[in-house]
Amino acid sequence: MIFPWLTVLGLVPLVGSIVVAFLPNARPTLAKQVAFVISLIPLVLTVLMALQFKADSTEPFQFVESHPWIPAFGISYSVGIDGIALVLIAMSTVLVPVVILAGWNDGDTGRGSVKGYFALVLVLETLIIGVFSSVDVFLFYVFFEVMLVPIYFLIGRYGGVQRSYAAVKFLIYSLVGGLFMLAALISLYVVSAQMTGTGTFDFLSLAGLHIDPLTQKFLFLGFFFAFAIKAPLWPFHTWLPDAAAEAKPGTSVLLIGILDKVGTFGMIRYCLPIFPAASVFYAPIVIGMALIGIFYGAYVALGQKDMKRLFAYSSMSHFGFIALGIFVFTAQGQSGSVVYMVAHGLSTALLFLVGGYLMSRYRGSSNIDDFGGVNKAAPVLAGFFTVAALSSLALPGLISFIGEFLVLIGAFERYMWVGAIATLGIVITAAYVLRVYQKTMTGPLKPELAGIKDLTGREIAAMAPIVAMVIFLGFFPSPLLKVINPAVDRTMVATGSTTPAPVLAPAEGSTP
Amino acid sequence: MPFADVVKFDLPAINYSAIAPILIIGGAAILSVLFEAFLPRQARRPVQLVLVLASVVASLVVVISLAGTRLITANGSVAIDGPALLLQGTLLVVALLGALLMAERALDPLGDAFAPRASALPGSEDERQFAERGYLQTEIWPFFLFSLTGMLLFVASNDLLLMFVSLEVMSLPLYLLAGMARRRRLLSQEAALKYFLLGAFSSAFFLYGAALIYGYSGSIQLVAISDALAAKPGQGALLALGLGILLVGLLFKVAAVPFHQWTPDVYQGAPTPVTGFMAATVKIAAFGALLRVLYVSFGGMRWDWTPMLWVIAILTMFVGCVIAVSQSDVKRMLAYSSIAQAGFILVGVVSATRAGLSSSIFYLIAYAFTTIGAFAIVTMVRDGSGEATHLSKWAGLGRKSPLVASLMALFMLALTGIPLTSGFIGKFGVFAAAIASGGTWLVIVAVVASVVSAFFYARVIVIMFFSAPGPDTATVAVPSVFTVVALAAGATMTVVLGVFPQPVLDLVNNADIFVR
Repeated sequence: MIFPWLTVLGLVPLVGSIVVAFLPNARPTLAKQVAFVISLIPLVLTVLMALQFKADSTEPFQFVESHPWIPAFGISYSVGIDGIALVLIAMSTVLVPVVILAGWNDGDTGRGSVKGYFALVLVLETLIIGVFSSVDVFLFYVFFEVMLVPIYFLIGRYGGVQRSYAAVKFLIYSLVGGLFMLAALISLYVVSAQMTGTGTFDFLSLAGLHIDPLTQKFLFLGFFFAFAIKAPLWPFHTWLPDAAAEAKPGTSVLLIGILDKVGTFGMIRYCLPIFPAASVFYAPIVIGMALIGIFYGAYVALGQKDMKRLFAYSSMSHFGFIALGIFVFTAQGQSGSVVYMVAHGLSTALLFLVGGYLMSRYRGSSNIDDFGGVNKAAPVLAGFFTVAALSSLALPGLISFIGEFLVLIGAFERYMWVGAIATLGIVITAAYVLRVYQKTMTGPLKPELAGIKDLTGREIAAMAPIVAMVIFLGFFPSPLLKVINPAVDRTMVATGSTTPAPVLAPAEGSTP
Repeated sequence: MPFADVVKFDLPAINYSAIAPILIIGGAAILSVLFEAFLPRQARRPVQLVLVLASVVASLVVVISLAGTRLITANGSVAIDGPALLLQGTLLVVALLGALLMAERALDPLGDAFAPRASALPGSEDERQFAERGYLQTEIWPFFLFSLTGMLLFVASNDLLLMFVSLEVMSLPLYLLAGMARRRRLLSQEAALKYFLLGAFSSAFFLYGAALIYGYSGSIQLVAISDALAAKPGQGALLALGLGILLVGLLFKVAAVPFHQWTPDVYQGAPTPVTGFMAATVKIAAFGALLRVLYVSFGGMRWDWTPMLWVIAILTMFVGCVIAVSQSDVKRMLAYSSIAQAGFILVGVVSATRAGLSSSIFYLIAYAFTTIGAFAIVTMVRDGSGEATHLSKWAGLGRKSPLVASLMALFMLALTGIPLTSGFIGKFGVFAAAIASGGTWLVIVAVVASVVSAFFYARVIVIMFFSAPGPDTATVAVPSVFTVVALAAGATMTVVLGVFPQPVLDLVNNADIFVR
């Protein structure tokens, strides 16, 4: 590859954020327009890149660039993507312009300047592209940790009343995970130095190491802990509802829709191939956590009065499904998880953005009881809310159904009872999603809401592409699966797993 | 002449070019005293400044020209080797930045950061009159140069007695400098007295430890002590006791728990430019000496001292971090932060490997620049009564002065150890060295301490950026070029060492072994 696709893709938003940061403070609208236009460039680049991506390539990574960075520690600037990274980058580059357009006024009422908000969003996009495209574990860690800084400022400067508390809680939680991962990362480096003579952080070299199983078990914990906080899985989830409740809807989309995927992405990209024996060893525990998360998240969501918290708990439940799909070690389960990640990113965006539109129409209130009968006054808004709700409960014909269905098939193939229990979670999901829809949208219009306006052209323009994608990919998921499946197969090979034949049989190496 | 036959005194062979960096600063210190005594008042400042800057730069040039030298001179008492030269070079660069902070006269409307008459009783008529006449003193410069001489010698000392002498040459001027703050005189004098008393006490410990070790090994030279240890493998109680007591003296200077009590008071009371200078340089010098003593003399008995240093490292990290959480004064917070950072450096020191040495030195370099930058910002954030060190006065600074607040945020992130800053590479290095030598549990403890530290470093950012400016919010005074250069250098090094650390890593990796 001669053209450094990924580097350029990552640099565009960074340069853009610097441009935005130097625009005059007095012209906030200009900052918004510039930020939006800049955010379209990575989208175009991603599309061009995706067209050149060879789904049937035998290379594990494409568009690879590699330059030494800190040779003293065996660290290189190495980027490259497989199918999983490609779809997640594509999802991110779609969501960033959407967030900018939908959150046009998000930066107006903060402790910081308007241009500051959009500059931070663009910096975040650079880091997101970096984190998904790293093939050097150290480089991945750098992006993983630095990502905290812009999101910390986005919550802390532009969030709601309790923003400082939420921002600090988020930061500390993430740092706890990140620093344990750092300890594991350094140990991994030391182990690689002991096994091969020269320490390395190169992902493919590390994945080919065959570390002894006991060491794997310790190192796995360091990595998994960080990812489980990031994703977040039960019981490491308590930062999420606070962060989501205080952040602006756009920030929540970036945080939950994109950043949290780094956790599940990390599990499938790093935990499984580098620590295969440990992954198999811990799989029952992770599956247990995932199942608890599915039900706990859904159950708590059922009782929420606050819309943003409800969405946050619902995401926690969905993350349970994603983790479940990864750790059942079947091709369907893992492909389903990746599809679910994309689907969840899109549905979360729909939920938070339409919820944000609704809240901005009534004193910024996120209390579900404040609303009622909105479909009478704002039918378009209610329509989008319907799509968001259906996408969240995984209606057949929408992309989330594909993900959820594949995950459940995968689970059934490996452990029938796990699949059976997880399926019950769908029922509760339907209950809380429909409850919030019914309470806010249907029934008689509340008198206080009499004058509310329907969605503006800008708001519709921001949501429409996502709705289109949710439906299109729901009916026609094969382009997505075509790029994901080879990458998932490689992970399956790395962990020595095979999808069991219809007869339930223990996989190779599944006994510790 | 029968007398000459009896007293035969051989002059030691001294390689003057190898110790030229120390001689230049020492000579400049003496000149500086003479200037202070004989020059008219108006001429002193420009002359002293030229002398200080020229001598530091000249010394730095000589240090660079000596690169690659490995020798022991002056009867075995001075070692000029990779670590010594690298630490001397770092000390000179950091001292240069410290000198720039001390030379600043644009920030305080009353003149500079130093008392017009340090000897006057606080609150006395005498003091008031001196302040009214607007006297500005230049007496800090001889102190500064003498202290720097001591530091340069400290990191190159190859015997315990010279190490003691250089420890005193380094410390005595600092005790005085700590008492010379222009504002809050009582606090400053209290700091000086505390620092002096506790410092003298710890020096006595050092000397006593040296005496016990001499009793065991029959020598005060580090290499000879190591040889004696190898020859007499039976561990005498005398030796263990001697080493323990010797280390008290050194650990006091690096502000390791439980010898840290002086740090918050001295950091708070001393004039802020002095605090910045001292926080950065004393840490480098003292860790340099500590590393040399442990690695050269006691490398053979590292199984005896590593458990002790494990305990001290853990205590230092935790006491520093936990107490820092409750601080409301930015200088005290930075003091506890410096204690915690000393704990992280000790994690590298206890590995007792070449990687331990090189990573500790890298951490020291990274820490020094970040610290001096942070203190430079403290000198600039002011209100009517001088520096506004109470954190509540920093509320909303991000809105009022985005650039200064962003730089402070950068320094806080670096001290937390966020990637792409120097602090991260520093932590990475010491943790890697510790894990490679079997200290995985120590690293896990250090990781937990890092999380606690994130809490108070993040709080500064919260206060600056997430709160609204109030009526009490301080303003950022416009500094002269001196502070600007020091601040810019601190910030630049913090970023460069985080993003492109390879050249400095090469330097420390080439200087990872002591001459013996």
